[in-house]
Amino acid sequence: MSIVDTPVPVAPAAPARATARLLRSELRLVFGRVRNLVLLAGLAAVPLLIGTVLFVTQSTPVAGQGPPFLDRVTGNGVFLVFAALVSCLPFLLPLCVAIVSGDAIAGEASTGTLRYLLVVPVPRTRLLLAKAVAALAFAGAAVVAIAVVGLAAGAAYFGVGDVVLLSGDTIPLAAGMLRTLGVVGYVIASLTGLVAVGLFLSTLTEVPVAAMASTVVVAIVSGVLDALPQLSAIHPGLLTHHWLDFGEFLRLEVDASTLLAGLAVQGAWVAIFGALAWSRFTTADVSS
Amino acid sequence: MTAGGPAAEPAVRTRGLTKRFRSGQVAVDHIDLVVPRGAVYGFLGPNGSGKTTTIRMLLGLVSPTAGSVELLGSSMPGGGPVVLPRVGALVEGPAFHPYLSARANLERLDAVDATASPQSRPGRIDAALERVGLTAAAAKKYRQYSLGMKQRLGLAAALLRPRDLLLLDEPTNGLDPQGTREVRALVRELADGGATVLVSSHLLSEIEQVCSHVGIMSRGELLAQGTRAEIAETGTTEVRVMTRPDQRAHVARVLTGLGLEDVRVDGEVVAAPLGGTAVEKVAQAVVGDGVDLLGLEVRRPTLEDVFVRLTGEGFDVDR
Ligand SMILES: Nc1ncnc2c1ncn2[C@@H]1O[C@H](COP(=O)(O)OP(=O)(O)OP(=O)(O)O)[C@@H](O)[C@H]1O
Ligand SMILES: [Mg+2]
Repeated sequence: MSIVDTPVPVAPAAPARATARLLRSELRLVFGRVRNLVLLAGLAAVPLLIGTVLFVTQSTPVAGQGPPFLDRVTGNGVFLVFAALVSCLPFLLPLCVAIVSGDAIAGEASTGTLRYLLVVPVPRTRLLLAKAVAALAFAGAAVVAIAVVGLAAGAAYFGVGDVVLLSGDTIPLAAGMLRTLGVVGYVIASLTGLVAVGLFLSTLTEVPVAAMASTVVVAIVSGVLDALPQLSAIHPGLLTHHWLDFGEFLRLEVDASTLLAGLAVQGAWVAIFGALAWSRFTTADVSS
Repeated sequence: MTAGGPAAEPAVRTRGLTKRFRSGQVAVDHIDLVVPRGAVYGFLGPNGSGKTTTIRMLLGLVSPTAGSVELLGSSMPGGGPVVLPRVGALVEGPAFHPYLSARANLERLDAVDATASPQSRPGRIDAALERVGLTAAAAKKYRQYSLGMKQRLGLAAALLRPRDLLLLDEPTNGLDPQGTREVRALVRELADGGATVLVSSHLLSEIEQVCSHVGIMSRGELLAQGTRAEIAETGTTEVRVMTRPDQRAHVARVLTGLGLEDVRVDGEVVAAPLGGTAVEKVAQAVVGDGVDLLGLEVRRPTLEDVFVRLTGEGFDVDR
């Protein structure tokens, strides 16, 4: 009868172990969901689409027309990666980030699973962190998917070779690949601020679609403001302002300060919205 | 697991627990809940009386506006990480990922539990599914589950590990009579195993049989709590006299003459609260006055009488 006689063995795993298990579960949830996989496939199809159009029409776009890098694709397939990233950055990648980060907390709240996670118990801070990492991982997977498919399609359609940089200098293909890696890393890092925004919005509502939509709106409004010369004073701090700075990797001398400025802005957005999300989520009543 | 003796600490204790929602509504109003260790505590109250809100506060999901909560001797929400692994809960119905199978859902819940052993996971999941009769439907997507199957899966999740305390909010909701009976048996079995169980319901009849203790909520207040016998005793014992129709008025006069109050003719019987009067005196007086006594019954108060008296018979939600 006595509870004292039959204690339930409670041997908490080391926090790092527990966090790793939680993270694995989150990743499985995000990457196992059909909707997300369709999204990923859609993004990966963009470079394929661009490459196919260029290949079939056999036309080399005039420099300065169409998105940056498009005119170089037929000369060197590597550039299909950059052209595709430029095409996806204004809308498709933000959409992808918004869907996963906006869904992070609000999705669990709307199905009611949040309350059961919390009574397992999963500490709220740890859950939020795992959700953030999983969302970022998905955004990263999207960027990588674009790059990989871009490279494969570019190589298949146009072949790849030594890379002619924006400055006109030529570097060997291997060095070009390294720079491509840099581009991918920078683009992923550029999305961290939006992940934090999405996560914060996700803690505010039990309606995932609302969080997703408002996250997309944030990215789009940021782009709109960035295009208004009257607001040039605030441009450097905008979420999306430095997104296309990845072109820096294609100069002979990569200017680290330009890249660091972009990363710093993302860091600031992450700090602010991460803190907001944390303070909201760790104190909110879970009444869903 | 250190504290001295099981009697020392109740499994659940709240002091002045209050929740005022931002809407201004006071859903729970200064309740002092005491659930002794080993008890099966029936947490009763009409719709909207504050049962679920109370359970949410016990689990640290909702923070109280005032008052404190102790679960298994630890104060909540601070003690959550230590104490919640020993607590199984069903709160406001089951909730799972619709596009995952039942088993995948349980696997996820167990995987995120820092204190659960991954080695024993498959076995524990099988056992939990077996216990609620879902073994055959384990591979089905949660979305394809019926209401009762969902409820069962919620119970399975609460039983993934051995628990010292179970907080079950309306566990019989949506179950067929067979399922309801199984839940009652399950609750009994858990209690026999030494666990404390709190079962909330707005239907007294569904859980009355298994409860050792009862708490009655109405409009956010805990109107009564104690053992079943204690609660029932707060009701009134009635004497009911059966006689021929033409003699009922006569009997009523005799009872009033004995000093009984509120004498009334209730269908075919004359009934009155017994008060302090001995029942044999009533019998003697009735027979002695020349009444043909066809039957005489002392009706002890039932939990239901008390429940209805305290919470009212109205069907409408109070607020
Ligand atoms: N998040 C919330 N915000 C505002 N009011 C709420 C909220 N949750 C519950 N309430 C109110 O608090 C009161 C108590 O609700 P609660 O869910 O605790 O009742 P209950 O006893 O569980 O009822 P039932 O038997 O129907 O499940 C209700 O009047 C309800 O409207
Ligand atoms: Mg309820």
